[in-house]
Amino acid sequence: MRVNFTVNGRPQEADDVWEGESLLYVLRERLGLPGSKNACEQGECGSCTVRLDGVPVCSCLVAAGQVEGREVVTVEGLADHAKRRTEQGGCGTGSCGTSLDAAQRRQPPGAADSHTGEGTELAPIQQAFIDAGAVQCGFCTPGLLVAADDMLERNPNPTDADIREALSGNLCRCTGYEKIMDAVRLAAARQGEAV
Amino acid sequence: MPGRSAPLGTPTKVTQGSKTKGGIGESTLRPDGTLKVTGEFAYSSDMWHEDMLWGQILRSTTAHAEIVSIDTAEALALPGVYAVMTYDDLPTDVRNYGLEIQDTPVLAHGRVRHHGEPVAIVAADHPETARRAAAKIKVEYRDLPVITDEASATAPDAILIHDNRTDRHSGHVDHPNIVHRQPIVRGNVEAARERADFVVTGEYTFGMQDQAFLGPESGLAVPAEDGGVDLYIATQWLHSDLRQIAPVLGLPEDKVRMTMSGVGGAFGGREDLSMQIHACLLALRTGKPVKIVYNRFESFFGHVHRHPAKLTYEHGATKDGKLTHLKARIVLDGGAYASTSAAVVGNAASLGAGPYAIDDVDIDCVALYTNNPPCGAMRGFGAVQACFAYEAQMDKLADAVGMDRVEFRRLNAMEQGTLLPTGQAVDSPAPVAELLRRVKAMPLPPERQWLTAGEAADVRQLPGGLSNTTHGEGVVRGIGYAVGIKNVGFSEGFDDYSTARVRMEVVGGEPVATVHTAMAEVGQGGVTVHAQIARTELGVAQVTIQPADTQVGSAGSTSASRQTYVTGGAVKNSCELVREKVLELGRRKFGSYHPAWATAELLLEGGKVVTDAGEVLADLVDVLGDESVEVEAEWRHRPTEPFDLRTGQGFGHVQYSFAAHRAVVEVDTELGLVKVIELACAQDVGKALNPLSIVGQIQGGTTQGLGIAVMEEIVVDPKTAKVRNPSFTDYLIPTILDTPTIPVDVLELADDHAPYGLRGVGEAPTLSSTPAVLAAIRNATGLELAKTPVRPEHLTGTG
Amino acid sequence: MDFLRPASWEEALAAKAEHPTAVPIAGGTDVMVEINFDHRRPEYLLDLTRIGDLYEWETGERSVRLGASVPYTRIMEDLRGELPGLALASHTVASPQIRNRGGVGGNLGTASPAGDAHPALLAAGAQVEAESVRGTRLIPIDDFYTGVKRNALAPDELIRAVHIDRADGPQQYSKVGTRNAMVIAVCAFGLALHPESRTVRTGIGSAAPTPVRAKAAEEFLNAALEEGGFWDNGKIITPSVAKQFADLCAGACNPIDDVRGTASYRRHAVGVMARRTLTWTWESYRGTATRTEGVA
Repeated sequence: MRVNFTVNGRPQEADDVWEGESLLYVLRERLGLPGSKNACEQGECGSCTVRLDGVPVCSCLVAAGQVEGREVVTVEGLADHAKRRTEQGGCGTGSCGTSLDAAQRRQPPGAADSHTGEGTELAPIQQAFIDAGAVQCGFCTPGLLVAADDMLERNPNPTDADIREALSGNLCRCTGYEKIMDAVRLAAARQGEAV
Repeated sequence: MPGRSAPLGTPTKVTQGSKTKGGIGESTLRPDGTLKVTGEFAYSSDMWHEDMLWGQILRSTTAHAEIVSIDTAEALALPGVYAVMTYDDLPTDVRNYGLEIQDTPVLAHGRVRHHGEPVAIVAADHPETARRAAAKIKVEYRDLPVITDEASATAPDAILIHDNRTDRHSGHVDHPNIVHRQPIVRGNVEAARERADFVVTGEYTFGMQDQAFLGPESGLAVPAEDGGVDLYIATQWLHSDLRQIAPVLGLPEDKVRMTMSGVGGAFGGREDLSMQIHACLLALRTGKPVKIVYNRFESFFGHVHRHPAKLTYEHGATKDGKLTHLKARIVLDGGAYASTSAAVVGNAASLGAGPYAIDDVDIDCVALYTNNPPCGAMRGFGAVQACFAYEAQMDKLADAVGMDRVEFRRLNAMEQGTLLPTGQAVDSPAPVAELLRRVKAMPLPPERQWLTAGEAADVRQLPGGLSNTTHGEGVVRGIGYAVGIKNVGFSEGFDDYSTARVRMEVVGGEPVATVHTAMAEVGQGGVTVHAQIARTELGVAQVTIQPADTQVGSAGSTSASRQTYVTGGAVKNSCELVREKVLELGRRKFGSYHPAWATAELLLEGGKVVTDAGEVLADLVDVLGDESVEVEAEWRHRPTEPFDLRTGQGFGHVQYSFAAHRAVVEVDTELGLVKVIELACAQDVGKALNPLSIVGQIQGGTTQGLGIAVMEEIVVDPKTAKVRNPSFTDYLIPTILDTPTIPVDVLELADDHAPYGLRGVGEAPTLSSTPAVLAAIRNATGLELAKTPVRPEHLTGTG
Repeated sequence: MDFLRPASWEEALAAKAEHPTAVPIAGGTDVMVEINFDHRRPEYLLDLTRIGDLYEWETGERSVRLGASVPYTRIMEDLRGELPGLALASHTVASPQIRNRGGVGGNLGTASPAGDAHPALLAAGAQVEAESVRGTRLIPIDDFYTGVKRNALAPDELIRAVHIDRADGPQQYSKVGTRNAMVIAVCAFGLALHPESRTVRTGIGSAAPTPVRAKAAEEFLNAALEEGGFWDNGKIITPSVAKQFADLCAGACNPIDDVRGTASYRRHAVGVMARRTLTWTWESYRGTATRTEGVA
């Protein structure tokens, strides 16, 4: 079957889709967007988390045919998504702030490596993950970023328990989550500073 | 010993490059960070090639059976199927592989020995076509009795898992179903027992843990015009893979070109081959690129696990608390194929006494061949199982003597100079007592932290979490301590080396260093550290890290906590050689302009050649000019030697790593649910090359230990040897709500034998985390708890 | 496999009538896992996500008509007052991502004994609105579960909504899993006080081939409360009454040993949860509940 939908603001068309394919498979194997990760394909790990019509979901549990006409934001579109949110003066709650600049102004010491991809525009949560050491193997990272960005959009001042609850659907095997907590706190703090 | 005032050791002082920004000791950020947060970092499962086919593996549905017949006709006839291969289609006589013993069939031949063993492979134009084709392959099995434990493995009439063994351990084992046996005998246990005022014994059971790395086994094999193949793969050791793959394909090693893809975690589970050979076989057969990606179900069958173990321990102590002796027997279940079982035996045995000074020791350790899932490397590698047992024993013994559990450990803690049961002296700082002191001195988390301001209970902070099982009822707090010892690097005489190619040249008017190694970056941050070392050693700001591949010499495995030591050491060494050449170049060009070129100690700092007094002699840009200086060199740590097969004596290990934990738990004693409130860790790292990464390693390792303690176990049916929970629904790993705060106290006492004095970091925290949590649960419940993981049944008497 | 995308409820009913083997899919929590892991290859997938009605709820005087696809996130955030037990149960479902997409219709359709919503529905009192081209019927929740992963739906029927009695008293829900989040129930327990009818209802999950009520326990407790005048005098329930209630709840279980837990543990845990949830709800009924109510 054919599926038409919007990914990261761009209309996309996938042809010859087998009816049993997941949104995750279509993104990764048909649209060249492998950022959403295939760690469990059973909704248990959150590494494939995307926004579907604004709502974080496991893309492995969405049948390809279900996204016809819908809007999807993946980790590849997260920076743009955050930027648009900033330009529009905030999210649904109107208090999400202009955190991007603040986050990018804060360059931690020693970051000037030729491979850090300087110049890439990042969402505040992405920058915070790098700065806080929340990335090791990085396989859980895209899903965590999408989930954490969504939480900060809805809840700009989360408690630690709020963060843990919001990210309880995202497994990480490398970090022990402590640096992930640091990263989300950091992003929230920068967001607060920028408002 | 408590109250001791002698210095424990000192950190290394680094002169060269100490003024260069972004060098060792700084928390520089990951060079791959941006790619990883934007989704652009290409993991092995992200590989894509035009016209590529999808590979699928048909696995055995039974654990032990003869294969009567395989019929692939229907599968081959399916439209979209390009190839179906079985054992008979293998191109050469080399049809087995294995890390130490080549006992693992590429595809099953006449017999399957464990549940989920590869039997046939398919290539098709869509994963669903490949799955349908695999389902159409008809395999007729004739079931054989399953061997699942020591009794069934070593029975006189037991079926041999492997006939006609000729491997290097086959001569000294008591039964062909024993992979390897290593006794460690020192002193006289019988005599020492006479001196003991207290003797405690225990039998401990350690469950099978899965690495559960998030990036599934996957890769892409692309056939090349020269008849060779290019393989993009996630592995822990490219050259080890290559050595096993090429002979099966019948290709010389230079025609199997391997490039490291992004690795989604490893933890030991990528030491053995998974889909590498299968993808190459299908690519060479079809002439098309072939991608294979396991799903999570298959991943549970696609790699070896941590050995489950039965450990029987007897310790004695005098009434003033000094350990008298240890007698222990450790039985590891290696499953159907050897993998690294023999080396795991060596580790479990030689480290089986833990970080304690005990003169009289008798340890016997074996690994079995059974029909259970094959087991091999996982973070901690044999030392984890032993630590679980000896730390439970230390608590029991302290209680028997009537001493504080931490003080008892400190009294018996090894220190620099202590002899291990192998007779090897610990010849670097061993701050075991100090780590325990530090971890105990950390402030305790407040009681009843789950009470909210409104005096209601925040269930997220209680045992059971969001499941709303208690609002405080039945909740009891417990505290436990543990400490462990892990060897760093490959042991027992293994030629453990690494290779680094370092080049220095001027690019865009700036001196740039390029580092090329075959080191597997699996998330640990080796790439970060290599850049730091190059900056420190070469005084440059810009460092390029080349992708790892087989176009450079072996880096050895990303395991045994060894990469920063060994490949880090190789990078340092190659940098030093480059530095010498650069200085030589400088002397030739500019030596006559300043006497210091000949007389002073020269350093490279901030892109310049300077004297140790700080005087600038030349810009590196001018020294290098158009030339590039390149060195590729191997570097090895000091040699070790095998353990004596009868006594276990020998200089077997190159370095040790120590960590201690304090666990604070709250247990819902009625429902048997556990919430770990805090897991504090103190660890000696020798020298923290990148403090941020080191703390991340410690916290990650700690959490994997927590998983063993309270939830993780691959459950194998003892009647059928089939895996009962191969999914993330039923194999649970800790979520962020299960994981507590993990305060880390990092100690830096240099090991003078190691580059910069550093110690391998990654594994030690996984050792002591588990027994600390168990001790805390015992403390809360008063139960003996001799098995991991602790399940609600064990805490409620409903097993 | 064919993918059917009805744009309206009527089209969906027609499609289900034409293809009774069609597997309805909304949140995908169960169906997609079965497809991804090759456990199931339905001839037809019937996508219900285009039918807006299924995502809406109406709050009536006596009950809430909850669309089959209303996500758990909405239930836990927007229906805490009307459906406190189901809201608590919804909060225990899997992960935020899954709660954003899954709904009660899926739980009912799969009818797994481990479905998180069932004990809450049993305790609150509910009717499943099933519809086919032949017409609509309301299936009492007590009659809905007919076996392991089997329900009372006819092959041509779809679940349109669930009518759940509005809470007239405190309700609680507990679930035991071996992890603090994102876990399938080892067993679960729901309890609702119905002061208007002076009855207590229960629901047990994952401890029998189907979700069940502990009817003997309910009858015992109803009688004990009546006898002691508890509904009027608001006294603390005596420990012996609570214990007997708990024992009877445990006795209502018919569990198995499996990889998630032993039968013996399940029975034990249901007893503990029964006692605790009774205490929480009763203390809440008595109006002294601050310290016993959980928050998250």
